[in-house]
Amino acid sequence: MTRVLPSLSRLWRTLWRGDLAVLIAAIAVAMAASTTVSLFTNRLHGAIRNESATVLAADLRLESGRNAESLDAAEQQAQQRQLRTARLTSFTSVVHAGDQGQLATVIATEAGYPLRGTLRTATIPYGPSHATNVLPGLGEAYVDPRLASRLGVSVGSLLRIGATQLRVVEILADRPDRGSGYAEVAPAVLMRGADLAASGLLGPASRATYTLLVAGEPARVDPFLAWLKLHKSAAERLVGVGEASAQLGSAADRAARFLNLAAVTTMLLASIALAMAARRHASQRRDEVALLKCLGATRRVVLLRFSSEMGAAALVGAGIGALIGYCAQSGLAALAHVFTGVAELPAPSATPIIWGVVMSLVMTAGFGLPPVIELTRVPPARVLREDLAARPLPLLVPAALAVATMLVILYLAVRDARLMVSAAIVLSVITGVYVLAGIGLVRLLARLRSDAGTPWRFGVAALARRPAQSVAQLVAFGLGMTILLLLGVVRGDLLEEWRRAVPADAPNHFLINIAPQERDSVEDFFKARQVVVEFAPWVRARLRAVNGTPMAQRMPKSDRGRAFAEREQNLSFRRTLPADNQIVEGHWWPVSGLGAAQVSVATEFRDELDLHLGDRLEFDVAGESVDATLASVRKVRWDGFRPNFFLLFSPGVLDGNVSSYLAAAHLEARVRPDLAEFNRRFPTVTVLDIDGLLTTVRGLVDRAADAVTYVFAFTLLAGLVVLAAAIRATADERRYEGALLRAFGASRRQVLLGAALEFATLGVLAGLVAATAAAAISAFVAAYWLGLPWHLQGLLWLFGPIAGLLGVGGAGLLGTWRMGLIPPFRVLQAS
Amino acid sequence: MPVLESRRMTKEVTSPDGRLTIIDDVSLVIRAGESVAIVGPSGSGKSTLLALLAGLDVPTRGEVRLEDRPFSVLDEDGRARARAGRVGFVFQSFHLVPSMTAEENVRLPLELAGVVEAPERAMAALAAVGLLGRARHRARQLSGGEQQRVALARAFVGRPALLFADEPTGNLDTASGEQVADLLFDLNRSAGTTLILVTHEQSLAARCDRTLALIAGRLADDSGCG
Ligand SMILES: Nc1ncnc2c1ncn2[C@@H]1O[C@H](COP(=O)(O)OP(=O)(O)OP(=O)(O)O)[C@@H](O)[C@H]1O
Ligand SMILES: [Mg+2]
Repeated sequence: MTRVLPSLSRLWRTLWRGDLAVLIAAIAVAMAASTTVSLFTNRLHGAIRNESATVLAADLRLESGRNAESLDAAEQQAQQRQLRTARLTSFTSVVHAGDQGQLATVIATEAGYPLRGTLRTATIPYGPSHATNVLPGLGEAYVDPRLASRLGVSVGSLLRIGATQLRVVEILADRPDRGSGYAEVAPAVLMRGADLAASGLLGPASRATYTLLVAGEPARVDPFLAWLKLHKSAAERLVGVGEASAQLGSAADRAARFLNLAAVTTMLLASIALAMAARRHASQRRDEVALLKCLGATRRVVLLRFSSEMGAAALVGAGIGALIGYCAQSGLAALAHVFTGVAELPAPSATPIIWGVVMSLVMTAGFGLPPVIELTRVPPARVLREDLAARPLPLLVPAALAVATMLVILYLAVRDARLMVSAAIVLSVITGVYVLAGIGLVRLLARLRSDAGTPWRFGVAALARRPAQSVAQLVAFGLGMTILLLLGVVRGDLLEEWRRAVPADAPNHFLINIAPQERDSVEDFFKARQVVVEFAPWVRARLRAVNGTPMAQRMPKSDRGRAFAEREQNLSFRRTLPADNQIVEGHWWPVSGLGAAQVSVATEFRDELDLHLGDRLEFDVAGESVDATLASVRKVRWDGFRPNFFLLFSPGVLDGNVSSYLAAAHLEARVRPDLAEFNRRFPTVTVLDIDGLLTTVRGLVDRAADAVTYVFAFTLLAGLVVLAAAIRATADERRYEGALLRAFGASRRQVLLGAALEFATLGVLAGLVAATAAAAISAFVAAYWLGLPWHLQGLLWLFGPIAGLLGVGGAGLLGTWRMGLIPPFRVLQAS
Repeated sequence: MPVLESRRMTKEVTSPDGRLTIIDDVSLVIRAGESVAIVGPSGSGKSTLLALLAGLDVPTRGEVRLEDRPFSVLDEDGRARARAGRVGFVFQSFHLVPSMTAEENVRLPLELAGVVEAPERAMAALAAVGLLGRARHRARQLSGGEQQRVALARAFVGRPALLFADEPTGNLDTASGEQVADLLFDLNRSAGTTLILVTHEQSLAARCDRTLALIAGRLADDSGCG
């Protein structure tokens, strides 16, 4: 091998010279962006998973309505897979203390509960609480403060549950799975499973729910989840983290999508720079190849020598990029920990780095190999005749390879074949537009050439003298600016949207189960404290038939669809369209009210049940049949932390059927102490405090926004590398021409001005086209990928050309400045 | 014994003005150890002839034989392999690899031929041209004369059977030109290399055993098989 590969020390030196350095920079930026993004989104998803698991008190719950034994097989399977498990039995029963009786949710458990999150207990209702991992002992119970105050019990009192007596040892201030669903109404008693038999409440006719809790490492939980989905019986209900965290998940998902978009675009930009750098690098080594061939090197030797050089550059670039990426994301993760109190993000995995290295090598091969192959075709006789050039590869080869590489990069990043194809088409179309614009420009200038001032003639006419390179430069500048403008616009929209999604005054408390007759007094209670409360009436109804066909005859296949069709739904009615809902089909009913009953459904509901506008939906509301026409379909933003409903009725239809009200309010810290009084006055109302959750979400969103900014910075850097690579592409010719012009009496100023004009022309043209392209693509990206509203930004057409003029023109001037300092005779001599 | 031989070799190229015959029916024999000068006016085809003899290019008709084996019929890689370790070059414009040090430039042919003790031999070759002190300098840091001496060291380091030189002093001033020429002939004599030298300098041609005169691509009558 010694005869083939350059020595290490020489290789190391070569790497930092000119074009290979640009190549390294391109790879490093691409790698930094992709590793930052994948490491960070990896950890973000992990954090969200943990956070959501807390809400379940486990990573997943399997619930059965039959008996505890039916869960045994699943429990064994989980334990074999080295997952932690715990059991819960819960049912509703009347609990007595002295002569007082109250409906309560009895929860019996054994050691291990909760598998995620912690219990909080207090010694007096609504008193200061502390975290604990101790469960009640045999014969003991923890009681919810509402139950305690209703029954008038305190620590030390006795409770009667069925045939058994338990001593209250703690007030149960909080448990992690308290808020899973709004449905639970009765306050809880927590006791030991071993005391359950003595209660005699678990007869065959009891309506208890048996739950298996499972937790463990994601790598073990996921396959178990897959196993469960295959093996669980239809009577068992599976609750995974995914379902519990729809709200957190959707914010994170959007962040991840944007970050991926940014990473991909950074890689595409880097690819452009890489392609140009590789091309120039190869063209500068033609003499060396001719010499090597003279001295006996075969084409294979040449290929190995130069591709190993490029491969080494790719690996060095990938190494630097991985390091930057790792530091950037650990910085982000550390910030996330400090500022939001989010439990520490789980450790990143090595896979993104491995993928990044693979991607770097793919990029280098895809864009770097064609010039190297062309190098192997340099004729050895070039040592005697400078003008002998390599037979170029048929244009189709590098073009096909470039397209294939782009597709691979896109696919690895988006993992979605359709999206990949459409992105590739968009890219090709833009490239085509730039090629056409370039050809047009060159033609136009070729005509204008003769009648203009000196710098104009030197500079701008030079574009026409080097048509192929001018077109290539325009494509590079143009694609670069399109990508940057696109990302800039989308990033702005995204951050804006986030700020709106979880505003500072978003409701942080939900009040559930407000009886209709309590509604006004609840409102008054908060009005007295200057708090505005938003009420939503809650009606329980079951969908009976669609257009006369009973649901049993049109049962959907999916679990979710079946749930929609079979279970009782919580629905509501209102006059106005909720702010975070958007009509995608049909019309919202007029505010002035109307006669016939109408219903509006969420897109999920429509899709699962295959509904169409105008369908007649027949509901069973407390035994009564209610018909309504499907008037509109709403896209609901579930991540807005507001009460939302799959089904909304027009007002005036269900007014008599309100079972309870749901209310949402933003409570500031000063009002929160009054909640103890609220609980005494309205003991049946459940107060759900989501302030902690909101803080978490805001923290994560802020971190994601930081990540977005970081990654955008990488994209900008990639843009700079493109700029450098494209300016270098014509540096040799310009240096020579500049020296000649100066030797013939042109002033340095004229030469510089000429170069600046040359690049400014390219920059303005690139900017104009880029503004148009970015506006068009951002509309698609916003609508179809990120689900954001889009609005035209006219400033793009101002900003694009100005950025092109200053950026490209300025960089071109800077790049030429240095070479302008070299005395002309040196340049001419050296050639 | 002939080292290099061309039989009725013709080179034609297509140019914008139609077909052009650059080398026209050239037959010649070069014996081991001799030194041959190729002279002729500018544009007469000297460099082209050299390229054909060295297998850098192939004739349109006729053939070249190296050490009595067919040479010009081999493909590019085959000719490269045949050259490896056997042929040295010196060019008018030096052709050092600018990013390499003098020593690395000299070592290059040894590396390509897979010689193990390459570094030591490269240093010895540099010493022979009096540039031991410049071994670690990059090619572009050297003067023209020094660069050409490095090129000479590179040409001789592999102890080639054949050395091709195209105007080795063409780009040098008289003094350094003479120094390079002296070195060239000294090394050639001590190594016993066959030398094929293109030049338009009479003094240089006169130091060779034999002179071939090329006029418009044809050998002058008397030169041929010598
Ligand atoms: N590949 C080619 N295509 C077109 N013309 C060629 C080609 N190679 C050589 N020529 C022409 O053939 C002629 C001989 O060229 P060559 O370089 O061999 O001349 P030369 O004798 O070395 O001249 P000089 O003394 O100036 O170096 C020249 O007119 C040259 O332009
Ligand atoms: Mg010549």
